[in-house]
Amino acid sequence: MADLVLILSILVATMRAATPLLFAGLGELVAERSGVLNLGVEGMMLVGAAVGFAAHAVTGSFVLGLLAAILAGAVMAALFALLTLRLLANQVATGLALTIFGVGLSALIGLPWAGVPATGLPAALWPGLAHDSPALQQVLLLLDPLVWLAFAAVVAVDRFLRRSRAGLTLRAVGESAEVAHALGTKVLRIRFLAVLFGGAMAGLAGADLSLAYTPMWVENMTAGRGWIALALVVFSTWKPWWLTAGALLFGFVTIAQFQAEAFGLSFSPDLLATLPYLATIVVLVLISRDATRLRLAAPAALGKPFRPSD
Amino acid sequence: MTDSPAPPPDAPTPLLAVRGLSKRFGAGVANDGVDLTVMRGEIHALLGENGAGKSTLVKAIYGVVAPDAGTIEWEGREVAIPDPNAARRLGIGMVFQHFSQFETLTVAENIALGLGGRESPDALTPRIRETARRYGLAVHPERHVFHLSVGERQRVEILRCLMLAPKLLILDEPTSVLTPQEAESLFAVLRRLAAESCAILYIGHKLEEIRALCHTATVLRSGRVAGTCDPRRVSPTELATMMVGSDIAEPRRRASQPGRVVLTVSDLTLEPDDAHGMRLDGIRFELRAGEILGIAGVAGNGQKELLAALSGERLSRRTAIRLGAEAIGALGPVARRRAGLAFIPEERLGRGAVAELSLAENGMLTRLAAPVVAAGLVRRGAARALAKRLIERFKVRAAGVSAPAASLSGGNMQKFIVGRELDARPLVLLAAHPTWGVDVGATVAIRQALLDLAEAGAGIVVVSEDLAELFEIADRIAVLSSGRLGQAVAVSQLTLEAVGVQMAGQAAEERLDAA
Repeated sequence: MADLVLILSILVATMRAATPLLFAGLGELVAERSGVLNLGVEGMMLVGAAVGFAAHAVTGSFVLGLLAAILAGAVMAALFALLTLRLLANQVATGLALTIFGVGLSALIGLPWAGVPATGLPAALWPGLAHDSPALQQVLLLLDPLVWLAFAAVVAVDRFLRRSRAGLTLRAVGESAEVAHALGTKVLRIRFLAVLFGGAMAGLAGADLSLAYTPMWVENMTAGRGWIALALVVFSTWKPWWLTAGALLFGFVTIAQFQAEAFGLSFSPDLLATLPYLATIVVLVLISRDATRLRLAAPAALGKPFRPSD
Repeated sequence: MTDSPAPPPDAPTPLLAVRGLSKRFGAGVANDGVDLTVMRGEIHALLGENGAGKSTLVKAIYGVVAPDAGTIEWEGREVAIPDPNAARRLGIGMVFQHFSQFETLTVAENIALGLGGRESPDALTPRIRETARRYGLAVHPERHVFHLSVGERQRVEILRCLMLAPKLLILDEPTSVLTPQEAESLFAVLRRLAAESCAILYIGHKLEEIRALCHTATVLRSGRVAGTCDPRRVSPTELATMMVGSDIAEPRRRASQPGRVVLTVSDLTLEPDDAHGMRLDGIRFELRAGEILGIAGVAGNGQKELLAALSGERLSRRTAIRLGAEAIGALGPVARRRAGLAFIPEERLGRGAVAELSLAENGMLTRLAAPVVAAGLVRRGAARALAKRLIERFKVRAAGVSAPAASLSGGNMQKFIVGRELDARPLVLLAAHPTWGVDVGATVAIRQALLDLAEAGAGIVVVSEDLAELFEIADRIAVLSSGRLGQAVAVSQLTLEAVGVQMAGQAAEERLDAA
């Protein structure tokens, strides 16, 4: 029984740790499939985290916090889309600037709440509030609705991209904007919507960190998860299920690192903290070594600006 | 130009009637008062040389190009066709020479996108299969486009048009990328369509094809209708005269005096470097000074691989290629240039020149020594002088030596690149499709420049899909087929038909071997 609880708790904790990566990664995956490379994921996540926390603290509503975070991420993405799609700014430079902007903006927004734990969150979400329930139930309580939502989003995005007509059009735009335009597709509109979706998901990922996972606001609390999400998208060869595998791997190593500390494995804590990042990158590089597969799976128009001829 | 007699009152309404269509591009006139009438179920040829205005005319009919003047009547009613969607709604389908396809998507996904409807690819698949079967088009809906040969891709394009049950199907030089066998099966499909009363507008310049397939031919020359006829009833010579007129200057042929051997290729065998490549199999030929060797063949038979091996982009056995007496098989492109080899690549922008760089900068890309480069530094003055000289000598129309390569028309950029390579006074020149997509004037100039270079004592290898071009400038022609090079035969002992048979024959042999 104790073993079962342990295994289950590792599994659950892995899923929990993977959730913010899934949200952010799925959003970026959709944006990149439409041919837009947005390196501002980290910045959009941070703004989402700060705005979500602030909105929750002000209104007291968990759902309003999430919605505010989604909106904040989308607004950041709209700014990026305006610069890169309409004004044809360089996508890489604009994305990096967006991240830098997001770091500063989120610190400013979150200033009044820095280090204050979130209060009044829905009880069912929090394992700590369920101390008196049996061990197994405690473990399952870790799986809050956001975890389920993230995994549902994987299924939805995968089906959207592979099965739906709109998903096909989105992939076509990412493959060749010129050909899609010649076929009468509104390339810029589709890219705008895809980037907006990416921002909304990044905002949600941020709120997931500050309202559910941690739950508190700390400056720079994403700790590079936005970058990991970006890397996951590439190494997953733009496929939602591979992205999920990468996110779970990251989650698992994060948890394993805590467990190792609990078992008294003495190691430099700083070195140990790099392990999830290192392990995820190494494994994904090994998986996606096949250059031809990578080339065929990559959206051919990724990062290339498109200006309609008329 | 033509006096199309007013149809008698009981005559059937033409499907399509174009009247007085004109279109200018900048200073050039692409179409000048063109009339065209196409009946239901008719296979109508649109003949003419490159640049005669065929493509502009059909693009106006398909709504890609907006005409400056003239009217288009469809089933007796005057219509405006502002974009391809409008054309498709009327029942006009078009197969372009260069396909608009998404390489990493499947055939079904490509067709679904091209139809512009709301149907998902999965729902469409049975209908694709059904239409393909009906017209005998071998197409697998679930395959990815990048796996397909050019012929298969064309079938996908045709199938996409047929899914809309068109009343008029336009094909722009469909056989230029096909083997003779593939062309024959395409004709079977087209005849079947015509029998079902779909009209076909067929752009081409291969006279035999048009005489075998088409019911009517409209010949364009310099943007005007030069005549309309029944191609089955007039001789190829009459058709050719209508196409060319009499005002085109033939390049001046020189007296052929082959000198010593300047390039020897012996038993060059190379495995393909990617999955879609062709294996070069025991290529051997000799090239003499003052000689032009033409290498003919349908694209995809090893041309790209042979050019890469000759230019040094791919290395081979050291002794497989000799320039004069020097074994250069293992040398890279720079070393080969130093040894006296020059190369005009297939793609003008991207391989031959950098689109964003100025002509002065592009001019020195293949110059590695004085006067343009001294002590490892670029001498800008010398580079500008070189570009200026090339512009003047080869009559390149450009805004000056600082104009970016991308601002030149294809023909002018090609003249500049050809000039740059010629100006290096090479021992051997490799020219890949030197006049592809170039207007008539530039074509004549480029061919003349190649002839002059040969006369000056250089050896030239021309790889081209344009048989007429090879017959015009080459001394000997060899056919490249399935990675093997046939015997080079003197042009005086060859006919177009004989080369065509050789291209076809080798392909057929290949299939027998495989079976």
